[in-house]
Amino acid sequence: MDISFVIEKFILVVILFGLSLVIAMYSTYAERKVAAFLQDRLGPDRAGPAGMFQPLADGLKMFMKEEIIPTDSNKWLFMVGPGLAMLTACIGTAVIPWGSPINVGGRIIPLQVTDINVGVLYIFGVVSLSVYGVMIGGWASNNKYSLLSAIRAASQNISYEVAMGLSIIALLLVTNTLSLKEIVENQHGWHWNVLYQPLGFILFIVCAFAETNRAPFDLPECETELIGGYHTEYSSMKLGFYLFAEYINMFVSSAVMSTLYFGGYNYPGMDWVLIYTGPVIAPLIGTAVLFAKIFAFIFFFMWVRWTIPRFRYDQLMHLGWKILMPLAIANVIITGLVIAIVEKF
Amino acid sequence: MEPLTSKKKVLIQKPLTFAERIYLPALGKGLAITISHFFKKEATIRYPEVQREMSINWRGMHSLKRDEDGKERCTACGLCALSCPAEAITMIAAERKPEEKDLYREEKYASVYEINMLRCIFCGLCEEACPKEAIYLDGPIVPSDYLRKDFIYGKDKLVEQPLVKK
Repeated sequence: MDISFVIEKFILVVILFGLSLVIAMYSTYAERKVAAFLQDRLGPDRAGPAGMFQPLADGLKMFMKEEIIPTDSNKWLFMVGPGLAMLTACIGTAVIPWGSPINVGGRIIPLQVTDINVGVLYIFGVVSLSVYGVMIGGWASNNKYSLLSAIRAASQNISYEVAMGLSIIALLLVTNTLSLKEIVENQHGWHWNVLYQPLGFILFIVCAFAETNRAPFDLPECETELIGGYHTEYSSMKLGFYLFAEYINMFVSSAVMSTLYFGGYNYPGMDWVLIYTGPVIAPLIGTAVLFAKIFAFIFFFMWVRWTIPRFRYDQLMHLGWKILMPLAIANVIITGLVIAIVEKF
Repeated sequence: MEPLTSKKKVLIQKPLTFAERIYLPALGKGLAITISHFFKKEATIRYPEVQREMSINWRGMHSLKRDEDGKERCTACGLCALSCPAEAITMIAAERKPEEKDLYREEKYASVYEINMLRCIFCGLCEEACPKEAIYLDGPIVPSDYLRKDFIYGKDKLVEQPLVKK
């Protein structure tokens, strides 16, 4: 392994890490602004121009707050919880291809930290792990509301992972590969998977809402029943970590949805742009397109949050097990049949 | 029990149609409604910089008036304090000295006149009770502050600025 390889990967990791933190930071700001605009309000506009420094002020506030660890809590796990939530949120970005490889003077630099051949499974595993932060935090708090919320989060995630997994299986039947890079490359030139798997995409996005604990499936944090939910006992930056992890999860799942269903960094007229701008600029334009897709999804997450009221818990389970799962199985069977018929004739 | 009105209507909950049960059309409708609000004009008024236009009979901070010669109109009769339902007004009366003839209109005046703005409900009864047309609620919004004692407004804040001599 040569040293330049290590350096370029290191730079990429640092950029990605910083980027996901900054995006999560400004997601909190965007959330408040979007909420305000959807409700005919202005949102935060005092800190800096148009309130641009609001996330910094919020972060500073979080750091300055008194840190309270409940006496009866399991102290070690109480501290591990938010860290685990952050960790699992951050490692998801590693396998996502952020752009086609850059060709700098004959040296090809892939804009992806690692292209493992089971990329989809890796993402799936990381998403499943993210509930551990919530569970451990909720359990260690030694508070009934936190515990209830943690149990809710766990059962919700397990229920929706089934439908999510099945919708991915139908996608894999179409793509024939688990590597995210190849999935994106197969979608080149308007072969976006959402056109082949519309039902699968709807199932996936509903499950993504549930997996990231976003409204209308934000039952682990429903204030009316559970005070603050699993982070009731948390204060200071530990609370900040939990809130932050939620936004990073949103970013990652938006990236995954763009990659799996909306062609990743592909956009119409890509080959034409490559000829005219050269092998360094063109991939960066692709990256910008990918980020535009991601931001559109993040906006959609927020838009939905301020539109639909929260589901009741039995409705959530009903939707997950009795509607999404049969639909996902039907989707797999239909996809399989169609592929078999197409290959036969 | 007998129905109290003849406007009785029995409601029957109809079973949901298929389009309603799949939830997505309704979701789309809801999303369309919220996004239409995204482009509407916001109702917010950025308060300290921009002020809402008040109606002409709007009641704000009190001001103690002067007459056309610049003398204070208040004669410390205490009717405002008496009429005040919130008991926000207190005053101490004093007798005018001969050399203060230019300052106060009547022979008696209020040496201390205080309104507790935390108690005041801006009902305007003091304004109505005043026989000398000395108090009007024609000022701006009472500003916020940090300490209770700072909300007790004395004559320094209430009395109108003296007339500029031409």
